Amino acid sequence: MGSVANLIVFYILGAFITVSSILAVTSKRMLRAATYLLFVLIGTAGLYLLLNYHFLAAVQLSVYAGGILILFIFAILLTTPKGDHVEPGDKRRIATGIVTALAGVIITTLVTLKHHFLYVQPAAIVGDHEINMKIIGSALMGTEKYQYLLPFEALSILLLASVIGGILIARKR
Amino acid sequence: MQQMISLQDLTLWIDEFLRNLFGGTWALLIEFVLIGLALLVAYAVLALFLIYAERKICAFFQCRIGPNRVGIWGIFQSTADMIKILLKELIRINRADHFLFRIASFIVIIGSICTFAALPFAKGIQVLDFNIGVFYILAISSLGVVGILMAGWSSNSKYTMIGAMRSGAQLLSYELSCGLSLLAVVVLAGTMQVSQIVEQQSDLWFIFKGHIPACIAFVTYLIAGHAETNRGPFDLPEAESELTAGYHTEYSGIQFGFFYLAEYLNMFIIAAIAATMFLGGWMPLHIPGWESFNKVMDYIPSFVWFFGKTGFCIFLALWVRWSFPRLRIDQLLNLEWKILMPICLINLLLMSVAVIF
Repeated sequence: MGSVANLIVFYILGAFITVSSILAVTSKRMLRAATYLLFVLIGTAGLYLLLNYHFLAAVQLSVYAGGILILFIFAILLTTPKGDHVEPGDKRRIATGIVTALAGVIITTLVTLKHHFLYVQPAAIVGDHEINMKIIGSALMGTEKYQYLLPFEALSILLLASVIGGILIARKR
Repeated sequence: MQQMISLQDLTLWIDEFLRNLFGGTWALLIEFVLIGLALLVAYAVLALFLIYAERKICAFFQCRIGPNRVGIWGIFQSTADMIKILLKELIRINRADHFLFRIASFIVIIGSICTFAALPFAKGIQVLDFNIGVFYILAISSLGVVGILMAGWSSNSKYTMIGAMRSGAQLLSYELSCGLSLLAVVVLAGTMQVSQIVEQQSDLWFIFKGHIPACIAFVTYLIAGHAETNRGPFDLPEAESELTAGYHTEYSGIQFGFFYLAEYLNMFIIAAIAATMFLGGWMPLHIPGWESFNKVMDYIPSFVWFFGKTGFCIFLALWVRWSFPRLRIDQLLNLEWKILMPICLINLLLMSVAVIF
């Protein structure tokens, strides 16, 4: 795709994400907030697609939009009587939120500017073609440098622990 | 491989024509619009046909004649129904969350259309062919659940709420079996790209190539996929004797039509994925060694193969739907978590062993 078209799509997605995320935190109803969050997540998947990183886009959709958000919705539906009405936050809470958001923006910008990005295989990553699934798979499951078998396994143990914990809490009536 | 009718030539010719006429970027934009239009039209026309087929087949199962007034054999019945549903008033529900109510039907249908776009309809006719095709299909089809939950909640009615909760539980659990049985095929094929999966079945379809594990995966996929579409013995979310119509009770006019369309097209999508992954998609039946037989098979156009196989899977789904009584919710969840999923996991292991040795 031409760079102009890329830029236009990027700005549309950016505006979409920004508006939805602002709405997600200002909305008075919880389920609406969850819906706006869904839009943010879908927009982010769109950004990944724009970067030709299809794998991450699909992960974003299936894990966040299809999994975690549904858990959110289920939790809202099962806990609050009408799933309605977030309590209006007091001034201190709003101020803390704004400060946290600003700090987040500053830290991310600094890190993005300072960090020296490292490409494992530049030829496979840079360019207008998508990344082969085989590269991602071997990076996830490999034991060499810049491969992620150990974190992967550590995470799976963490997940197993939280699943068992969840069952234990649910069993204790 | 020789094909008599290759639709790839046609699309390439259109692409070249537009590029010559308008130049790069504009041609691309026009192609986006054209492809989107073609998808939408195909979606709607297929839905009309499926609704007619369902009503006819259902009628035969129940020893009736079915629609027979509009046009010869009643073939324009669903077209007439479509015109009627377009003219219906959209009723405004009291004390409902109107924003979510409106948007829910769109989310359901967007998820369905995005999955639809990844299907290989014929040789050279496939809109989205990602490297991660199968994963994309699984990911984007999970969007529908969000729409269903929203529809159930925002209608402000207990029937829709119960229907949505049931549907959510059902779709979430059966997605696992769906994914695992498709993974078995991915293990066999060694790729997730849909076009390559079809290409690899040029000597023999996967259901024959993959021995027993492929057959098990095919059956589990059909069961789980059938449950994904909220139909047949798994239609608890819209059990009409208990819940009026489940999560879309309060919808009217074309908004109900969206749910209806998405339901039928999801049935088509599940059948088409089953046909693509296990029965070779648009690939004709080729048996290694039988050269003349393979040549004869090549004369049948690829879209005929695709729609024939898909039609076969749809017929299986309808057959099941009109033959079995509805399950209870505990039976439904037991079937998934205690029977189907262990079978799928063991089957995945079996398939890996079969591929390695």
